[in-house]
This record gives sequence, structure tokens and C-alpha cells, in this order.
Amino acid sequence: MSAPAAQLRLMSRVSLPALAAASFLLVTTALVLVFFVAPNDADQGFSQRIFYFHVSIAFTAYACFIGGAWKALVHLWKRDPRADLESYVGVHQGVIFGALVLLTGSIWAKISWGHWWLWSENQLVLFLVLFLFYCAYFMLRFSLDDGPQRANLCAVYALFGVILIPVSFLAIRLAQKFIHPVVFTRHGPNFHGWILVTYCVAQIAMLVLAYTLYRVELAGKRLDLRLRELRRVYA
Amino acid sequence: MSTAEKYVTAAYCVVFALVLLYVVIIALKLQRLEREVDELVARPEAAEEDEREPVHIG
Repeated sequence: MSAPAAQLRLMSRVSLPALAAASFLLVTTALVLVFFVAPNDADQGFSQRIFYFHVSIAFTAYACFIGGAWKALVHLWKRDPRADLESYVGVHQGVIFGALVLLTGSIWAKISWGHWWLWSENQLVLFLVLFLFYCAYFMLRFSLDDGPQRANLCAVYALFGVILIPVSFLAIRLAQKFIHPVVFTRHGPNFHGWILVTYCVAQIAMLVLAYTLYRVELAGKRLDLRLRELRRVYA
Repeated sequence: MSTAEKYVTAAYCVVFALVLLYVVIIALKLQRLEREVDELVARPEAAEEDEREPVHIG
């Protein structure tokens, strides 16, 4: 068994209450670091503190979409109906975190650039395209009857969406003129010391929070499916 | 509170509010599922009672 697969299996064994407690602790620690430990940015001052959650949430949204695409691939490969449900929940989490990226980014844009939104910024527009693409995933899913056809179509759609992620990520580097800050360069992160520590804690907190919400939603969906089967048996 | 502090607070409140809303929606869904389980559990019990033959007393 490969190392990432073994890690995923290990994570799936962690109980939900333990995950919820870890999420709470990590998010609280991240907030304490953001507001009481991390220094003010020399250029942007206090408003730069939005960065810690905004960037962490953006990478978490990408991770959710990649997870959803991976499960979609597993579904197409092994025809496992559980993978279809996991892919759907992964995409759903990605859309929730994507909405948070757009909202927090918009607030940050207002305070830093004086605008809620800039259509001239490639990275913003590409992230919006990615977000809307995955919103349309739900339109596709709920417009089809439950069954293998719906699962296959949704899996292909989720896989196509993942192509947009590197485009969205690299848009800022491809742009000739930009005002959106570059956080990670080829030589590593653009920050050090407590700023880096705070960002890392916030990133781990967001990933654990997203995984906890994923597990909660998945448990609910599985319970719902089992109930429907029971109803069919009783009917 | 400065304008920057207000905006940063608003951003973090938005994150908190959306996650809280999500948790409330999941909690409501779980409540509905619990109710449906109760209904399913009650259904065979009611069916069993109907199947019993009536006994004439007296």
C-alpha cells in the first residue's frame, strides 16, 4: 500500500469527536496567533491579518476539489458507488470553502485596493470561474435521476474541473500586470518568522476543519441512503 | 476601532457565520433523519398489533 493511501486510511479511523476537538483547538490556536502574536505587516498593516485565513481557506478549497476529483477517478475506475458519494461531498466542501475565499477576498480587496471586486484581475476571475464551474456540478447532479448514469456523468465533470485548479493557481504568475500579492514563489514562501508559523497553523486548522465537516456530511448522507433502502424494504 | 480592524473583524465573522450556518443545516438534517428512524421503528410495531387476532371476551 502506498504511503498517502495508508495515511488516508489512518485518518478515516480517527473518530468524529476527536476530529471536532482537534478542529476547535487548532482554529482557536490559529485565531490567538493571528490576533495576538503575528506582527503587523509593514505595507498593509493590520488588514494583512485577513491573509492567514483567506489563503488557508483558498488552499483548502483546492484540496477539497482535488479530493473530489480523486474520488471521481476511483468511482470511474472501480465503479464503487461509495466513491461517487465521497466525490460529491468533497466537491460540496470545496464550494463552501470557495464561497469563503470569495467573501474574505472581497473584504480584503475593499480595504487594500478600495474595490470589492476587480474584473481586470485574472486570479480573481479565474477563481470565480472555478467556483461557478463547481456550482454547476450540483445543477448537473440534481437534474439527473439517481443511478449509475448520474454517478458517471458527475465523476467526469468533477475530473474536468480539476484542470482549472492549476490554471487558477498559476494565473497570478502568468499575468503581466497584477496587484494580487504572490504568497509562494519558486524559492519558497514570501514570509518568515511568526508570520510563517501563524500561516502554517491556520492552514492545518482549515484542512482539519474541512476534513471534519466532510466526515460529518458523509456520515449524514450515508445514513440518509440507508434509511431510503430501509423504506423500500418496508414499502 | 479603526477601519482596518472593522474589516478584519468582518472577514473573520463571515468565516465563523458560514461555518456555523453549515453546522446548523447539518444538525437540522440529522434531526430529520432521527425522526424518520423513529417512524420506521414505530411502523413494524403497529403492523404487528394489527396482525393479532381479536379475542372475544365474555
